[in-house]
Amino acid sequence: MRRPAASLVAFAALALALLGGGAQAGDIAPHERRSGRTFMAPETQAMQADDTTNPGMLWVLQGAGLWDEKAGTSGRSCAGCHGAAEAMRGVAARYPAFDPASGKPIDLAGRIRQCRSARQGAPDLARDSDALLALTTFVAHQLRGMPIAPPKDPRLDPYRETGRQIFTTRMGQLDLSCANCHDDNWNQRLAGSAVTQAHPTGYPLYRLEWQGIGSLQRRMRNCMIGVRAEPFAAGSDDFIALELHLMQRAAGMAIETPGVRP
Amino acid sequence: MTRALVSVPPAAKRGEIVDVRAMIAHPMETGYRMGPNGAEIPRDIITRFVCTYDGAEVFSAEFFPAVSANPFVSFNLIATESGTLAFEWTDDKGQIETASAEIVVS
Repeated sequence: MRRPAASLVAFAALALALLGGGAQAGDIAPHERRSGRTFMAPETQAMQADDTTNPGMLWVLQGAGLWDEKAGTSGRSCAGCHGAAEAMRGVAARYPAFDPASGKPIDLAGRIRQCRSARQGAPDLARDSDALLALTTFVAHQLRGMPIAPPKDPRLDPYRETGRQIFTTRMGQLDLSCANCHDDNWNQRLAGSAVTQAHPTGYPLYRLEWQGIGSLQRRMRNCMIGVRAEPFAAGSDDFIALELHLMQRAAGMAIETPGVRP
Repeated sequence: MTRALVSVPPAAKRGEIVDVRAMIAHPMETGYRMGPNGAEIPRDIITRFVCTYDGAEVFSAEFFPAVSANPFVSFNLIATESGTLAFEWTDDKGQIETASAEIVVS
């Protein structure tokens, strides 16, 4: 029971500092932006940098298999329409994007699910299922090294604004917003762990704590549980809006998928 | 589907010490955890890993519940002849997963 108690004290201390401090640093200046990778120990950074030690590559391998596998009533594979996965370079860097069919923004995992059910006629893949994570990781991996490029689509603007509001709204029993930590105190530590700037450069990423790969939404759910708020539903509009805001915030930063985090 | 990644240098000089790495996707469920309904999650781990070089065993390891998911093994060996490095992971159910890589020695 020692660890939860210690982190509780740290959380409370941070909450007090935030309530008492008052100084609002606001947005991070573009030249100060740092990937979460740069906050990690050198050993963990090396683990991510080398494909022979990066466990996320196991999901890239699985995704590559699924990409070429025929599925559903159409009898077609992803490759059957899209060709080699390299063709997805540049396409995936702009997600979440506006989906005219639903009139709402959609993220990469949502698009893959939609493609499977509408075009392949295949059974739906659950969010956070291994197969969907593998496909998403495989597609996002094609973009490694490319900058995050949020689309300049005015239809997305209201959702981005919603995302920004969620990011800056205090929530949960600890009454903390995302910005309280990730904009104003990213250089501090929380229970021994780096707070970081929350740039979604490596998702889906392999978290050593999870002993597996996980989505950005899973990470955000973790954070919401941390401040003792009720997490949004998986794939909900609120999460997509937050993703939109995070991508805008990290526009131009290099994609690292699959990232490794402690 | 086996998800294993092995890394062996494709070419080496005779007598050279080469770095071999092997990683496999496996839950390595300890058997000590309970599921959300309070039911025990049965143990499911890889118990043995073997690497053979042209049929001769050059490295083996026993795994226990403390080994994390997706186990990663790295070791060195001396390149003697061109041949095949075969990797084999055996789990609790007796299921065997395999992978292999070629090395050219000059």
